[in-house]
Formats: sequence, C-alpha cells, structure tokens
Amino acid sequence: MIEVKNLVKTFKDGPLETRVLKDIDFTAKSGEFIAIMGRSGAGKSTLLYQISLLDEPTSGEIFINGKETHSMSEHEKMLFRLTEFGYVFQDYALLPELTALENVALPLYMQGASRTAADAKAATALERVGLGKRLDNLPSQLSGGEQQRVSISRAIAHLPGVLFADEPTANLDKESSATVMNIFKELHEGGQTIIMVTHEDEFAQFAERIIKLDDGRIVSDSRL
Amino acid sequence: MFSLLNIRVGFYLAVRQLRRASLWTTGLIVFVMLLTFLNLVVVTGILVGLIEGINESYRTQYTGDVILSALTTKKYIEDTPSVVAFVKTLPQVAMLTERYQAGGTIEANYLTRTNDTEKPNATGAQVIGIDPAVENAFSGLATHIIDGAYLEEGDYDQILVGNLLLAKYAFGNQPGLTPLTDVAPGTKVRLTINGSVREVIVKGVVKSKIAPLAASIFIPAAELRSLTGRTDQNVAQIVIHLVPGGDPDAFKALLLASGIGEKAKIQTFTDAIPNGVADIKTTFAMLGNGFSSIGLVVAAITIFIVIFINAITRRKFIGILKGIGISGEAIEIAYVFQSLFYASIGSAIGLLVLYGIFVPALAAHPIDFPFSDGILVAPLDGTMVRIGLLILTTVIAGYLPSRMIVRRNTLDSILGRN
Repeated sequence: MIEVKNLVKTFKDGPLETRVLKDIDFTAKSGEFIAIMGRSGAGKSTLLYQISLLDEPTSGEIFINGKETHSMSEHEKMLFRLTEFGYVFQDYALLPELTALENVALPLYMQGASRTAADAKAATALERVGLGKRLDNLPSQLSGGEQQRVSISRAIAHLPGVLFADEPTANLDKESSATVMNIFKELHEGGQTIIMVTHEDEFAQFAERIIKLDDGRIVSDSRL
Repeated sequence: MFSLLNIRVGFYLAVRQLRRASLWTTGLIVFVMLLTFLNLVVVTGILVGLIEGINESYRTQYTGDVILSALTTKKYIEDTPSVVAFVKTLPQVAMLTERYQAGGTIEANYLTRTNDTEKPNATGAQVIGIDPAVENAFSGLATHIIDGAYLEEGDYDQILVGNLLLAKYAFGNQPGLTPLTDVAPGTKVRLTINGSVREVIVKGVVKSKIAPLAASIFIPAAELRSLTGRTDQNVAQIVIHLVPGGDPDAFKALLLASGIGEKAKIQTFTDAIPNGVADIKTTFAMLGNGFSSIGLVVAAITIFIVIFINAITRRKFIGILKGIGISGEAIEIAYVFQSLFYASIGSAIGLLVLYGIFVPALAAHPIDFPFSDGILVAPLDGTMVRIGLLILTTVIAGYLPSRMIVRRNTLDSILGRN
C-alpha cells in the first residue's frame, strides 16, 4: 500500500521557484490499477517519480507498506526499487548492449539470483509477453512495441509489489499500444498493483481508478 | 562497496559493454595503452641500454669478464706464465688473451719535416702488444678494422692504429688528443717506445667505441717485446672470458683465494669500467623514469577522458540502471573492469611487441650511438612493475569519472537534466 500525504514538489531555477505538486494526498491499495491523468505539465510524471522513489519530494510524506520513505538512505531506496518496484518508461529504457534476455535478467542478477536462475526467470517473463523467440535480440533489433514488452518483462520478472508505468504507450502505434495495455490488464487481473501515467483516455479506461491532476493538484479521483 | 555481488554484476555489465562496443574505439584505446606501455618501458630501456651497450662493449672487446692487470706498483704481472697456466686449468674459463702495454709516440711527417721548429705530426698513445689471432678470437678485433687490414701471423713492422689517433677517422676534437693528419693504411710512421725508434707501416685502422682501444696502437707482441727490450713473458693484462653463465664475482673471489691477487690486480668487468659510466647509468635511469612518469600521467588522462566521455554519453543508461535498482558501486566496477581490460590488453600486446620484436631486433642491430652500441634493456621484473603501475593508474583513472557520473541524481540522469 502506498500512502501519500501533503506531497509538495518545487523546482528551483535560480530565483524562480515552480511548485509542480501541491499538497497531494492519496492512497493506493494493494492490487489497484490506477491511471494518473492530466494535461501536459499537470505534474503526472513528477508525482510518479516521487512515489516510485526516483526523486525526493520537497515536503510531505510517502509511506510504502507503512514505512516512511523520507528517512530512507539512498541504498535503502535502491534496494526498494530493486525488489519492490518495477518500472516501465515511455522510451523503454533498455540497455542497448544487452539482449532482451539480459535486460530482463539483470535486476534479478542484482538481487543475488544465479545466472541460470535469473536467465530462466527472465525467459519466463519474456514468454509471458510473447517474446519467447526474441530472447537473444538486442533492443536495436526489436520494434518499439517489442522493446516496450521487454521493458514490461524487466519490470515484472521479479514479481514487484508495485508496477510503475510512465506513458507506456506514448511512443507506440495503436496495435502495439493495445498489446501493452492488454498485458497490463492481465497483470492486474493477476493481482499486480499498477500505477500508470497516461494522457490518453482510451488507455486510462483499462484502470479501475483514475486520478486527474491539474496544475499540480488532484482535481478528481474516481473509480470506474 | 566491493561486495561479491557488485563485482559480479559489474563484471557482467563490463563484458557486455566491451563485447558490443565499437571495434574501432576499442582498438584505438588499446593502441593508446600499447603506446603508453612501450613509452614506459622502451624509453627507459634505451637510455639504460645505451650505457649497458658501453658495459657490453667493454666486456666483449676490452676487459673480458675478468681482467688481471699489473699491480699499481708494477709495470706488468709478475710470473705471468704461471698465472696463465693456473687460470687455464680452471673450468670456468672459456678463453683468455694476454696483452703487453707500453707508452709510445708515433710521428707521421718525420720524413718531410725540413727543420726542428716545424711542429711534428705526432701523437702519444698506448701501445698494446697482442697475439693477433688470439686477440681476434677473444675480442673480435679484426671486425673493428674500418680501413686497411688486420694483423696476420708473421707481420713485422706493421701496426694497427685506433681511430681516435687519426684525424680522418676521429669524431670531433678529443681533449688531450692530437690526431695525426694525412695518415691512412700504407702510411709509414715512426714509432718510439722507451727511446727505441722504429719505422712501421700503418696496416689498418681500428674503430672502437671503447676509448682505451680507439686511442691505442696495436703491434704484434713479439715486436713490442723487442722494442722494449723485454725478455720475460710478463704481460700487462690477462683478460678472461668465462664460460656462459659464469659468475665474474665468484671467479674473482676464487682467484683472490688462490693468491693471484698478490701478483695482479683482479677486477670484474663492472669493476674495470670507469666510475662515470655507472653514474651516467643511474642518471639515465632517473631520466627514463621521469619520462615514464609523464607517459603514465598521459595514459591516466587518456583513460580518464575516454571513460568520462563513455560515461557521460551513457548517463541516461546509468540513470536507468540506478533507477531499476542496480547499485552505483556495480556500475562503477563495470567501468573499472573496462579500464582494466584496456590496460591489460594494451600491456599484453606491448609485452609481445617488446620481447618479440624490439628486444631481439635491437640486440641484433644495436642503435649506433657515437660512444655506444645501444641495446634495449627491459628486465622482466622491471617490466612487470611498470605494467602494474600502468594498470593501477588506469583503474584509478577509469574509476574517478564513472564515480562522478554515477553520483549524479538518478532522475536527472534518466531525463537528461543537468
């Protein structure tokens, strides 16, 4: 469970201060599929980065499974990201010199799994997204949709508590986007907690709850 | 920090980055490492080798491994025949030669000089009496004839002249030497030793980078004995080559223990070489180390720049790695492994080039310095120390920039923000 209280994020550029997130409060329960929506510049991605521990809020509190995160050391956050979270980025964020299998296996390897075990788990995760025959392909040898599916495999291979997705379909065509969203739907049906940022209504409908942001504030929080 | 897990993941990343890196880039970096390695080893090696060349020339052409010479209070080695007979019985001895010595002068224009006020075309020199065949077998003296011919059995009233004694063959003006002008093989000169005068013909010119040889006159031993009025067989020098692997110091100790030291001064070739040569060797080694240090700094800067550019261009991926939970230490170790790879491969190729090409090539064709045949001195232990230094420097130079980049904010790296 993720609990966010009075979250504020301000960016400073010399004397100029921009408050991007203003007193955000919400709770994400285990197993929920939440879509965070809003116009460009509304603060969607910034919110995702704060709750996924990729960034440090200016003020406010974030509790993950009851644990306050502000006091966590960088190493603790790294371990949390490694074991509890999974990330899907807009631009796939795959390492170009690693094959699909290696990209997925790397976090498992970092968790201490043996090469054999990590590769087996990674292969299973890739088969799950329909890439069982592209294990040894480099990202440059895969289409955008396939790369995003590798990215999803990497995010879910270690069975994370929460899967964060930042505009996962923004760079994909309609067909690939639908494939990716169907994978998310299946994962959610399997009990996976997903928090996804999107600006497309069509894909937000896959979620069970939509939080809308405008000018750094939550303007609506509705269940579908 | 350097936990086994971080090392494993760092190695995993490094191997894949290297395997899929541009061959040209990898080749260029390895080439820089190779040049740095050669700079580290070869510059010092040649500077030291230049002096080693002098040592080796002294050993092969003049002093042998061990040289017995007259005691400072004597003109010759007393009881030479018994000393030679004893030395020849020793199994460590491969070969020896005996040399007589006397001070003398040669004059070239004595026939054309019209009055006593005219400056004589003359010079003083050490006259060395040799058995031509034995001396040649010992020191290869015949191979140093640059004009004319070597002495043969039965030659009489013929001499060899060192190149420093003849203006035509001397290089520059040597302080204290007044080389003869217009003298070449076939020229008649007047040789004066201890008041005995003899007209002799210059049969050949000896060119040597060993000053005592280049400034000497060589004459058959029997003729020198007759010129000096000597009837004994006592010589000024007995020069000894040991069998391969023979230890000059141990042999010297053996001779001293045998009482030879009472009849002759016993020196190894290193004892006999002028002190200045050893000092120059030390100075050149220091100079070489100085140049090598500069090379090491250049290598460090090169690797620093290479790794920094590599890391900064991959900053986004470093951010992603950190974002998905890969530890900063593992990422840094990946860059350290890459630096290690570049330095190791550069050094390995350098070793092959050094011991497979440079050392044998320079041993076969030494660099022709005016005062030495320069070889390349590269003892394996010293080379290994330099490889260690190169690798250590490279690893540090690879670690620092990767640490600088890895320490940056994770999200800023992912988003490419400054």
